[in-house]
Amino acid sequence: MRRDVFQAIADPTRRAILTLIALQAMTPNALAEHFDTSRQAVSKHIKILTECQLVSQEQQGREIYYHFNPQKMKEVADWLAPFQKMWEERFDRLDNILEKLKTQKDGK
Amino acid sequence: MASKNETKITAEPGKQELFIEREFEASRELVFRAFSEPEFLMQWMGPSDMDMKIDKLDNRSGGSYRFVHTLRNGAGEFGFNGAIHEVAAPERVIRTFEFEGLPERGHVSLEFLTLTELPGDRTRLSIQSIFKSVDDRDGLVQSGMEVGLNEGFKKLDDLLIKQF
Repeated sequence: MRRDVFQAIADPTRRAILTLIALQAMTPNALAEHFDTSRQAVSKHIKILTECQLVSQEQQGREIYYHFNPQKMKEVADWLAPFQKMWEERFDRLDNILEKLKTQKDGK
Repeated sequence: MASKNETKITAEPGKQELFIEREFEASRELVFRAFSEPEFLMQWMGPSDMDMKIDKLDNRSGGSYRFVHTLRNGAGEFGFNGAIHEVAAPERVIRTFEFEGLPERGHVSLEFLTLTELPGDRTRLSIQSIFKSVDDRDGLVQSGMEVGLNEGFKKLDDLLIKQF
């Protein structure tokens, strides 16, 4: 099974988990309270997120805390950025061409 | 001139398609011309660090096209070609797309370009690309030629910007 960042964030529950722990590190119990699904289901998502290195676990006293790994998430943003930028540049040039065409049309 | 019109790109993980959406401050007829006439196409279509040449553009139902992008530093050139399934001016073009830089042939995608008239003489462009496999889509994404941005990613991106 493929285990990468993209697979990890393909699931809406996992995206919600990431959003929550990005705001604050959480214990399994605190995290499970936010979801209607079973604790096992949440654990399974956490396992996938951990394997993808988006989430790390830290033992504090008797409790385990889940932490978000922003560096790993940045890989996604970086990976997507060039394409977005390329199309934005293309469309900005297209805007300029359309402005010129409009002027030509009005001049006739 | 930076545009106030946002470029929206959607590529959900694990899917074989991607969507590009953008609005323009011009009539549908004008946008269609800028997409179909070689003179205009060459001015905007090529990536900013490349020169674009139109090898062939037979822009009608049953026609075909071939574009070549050349890196300005002479380091290489990239060809693209496809068959044009349908041209329904000024609202729709359906065509195939193949990047010639791949080690083997056959990794073809299908593109639907749709132009919708909006109030105030504005136009919405929607491009839907459907790939042969998820790997084909992601491969092209990784090549920097075709990349996607999902709504879910966007939310996380925004969060990351705020947080870090």
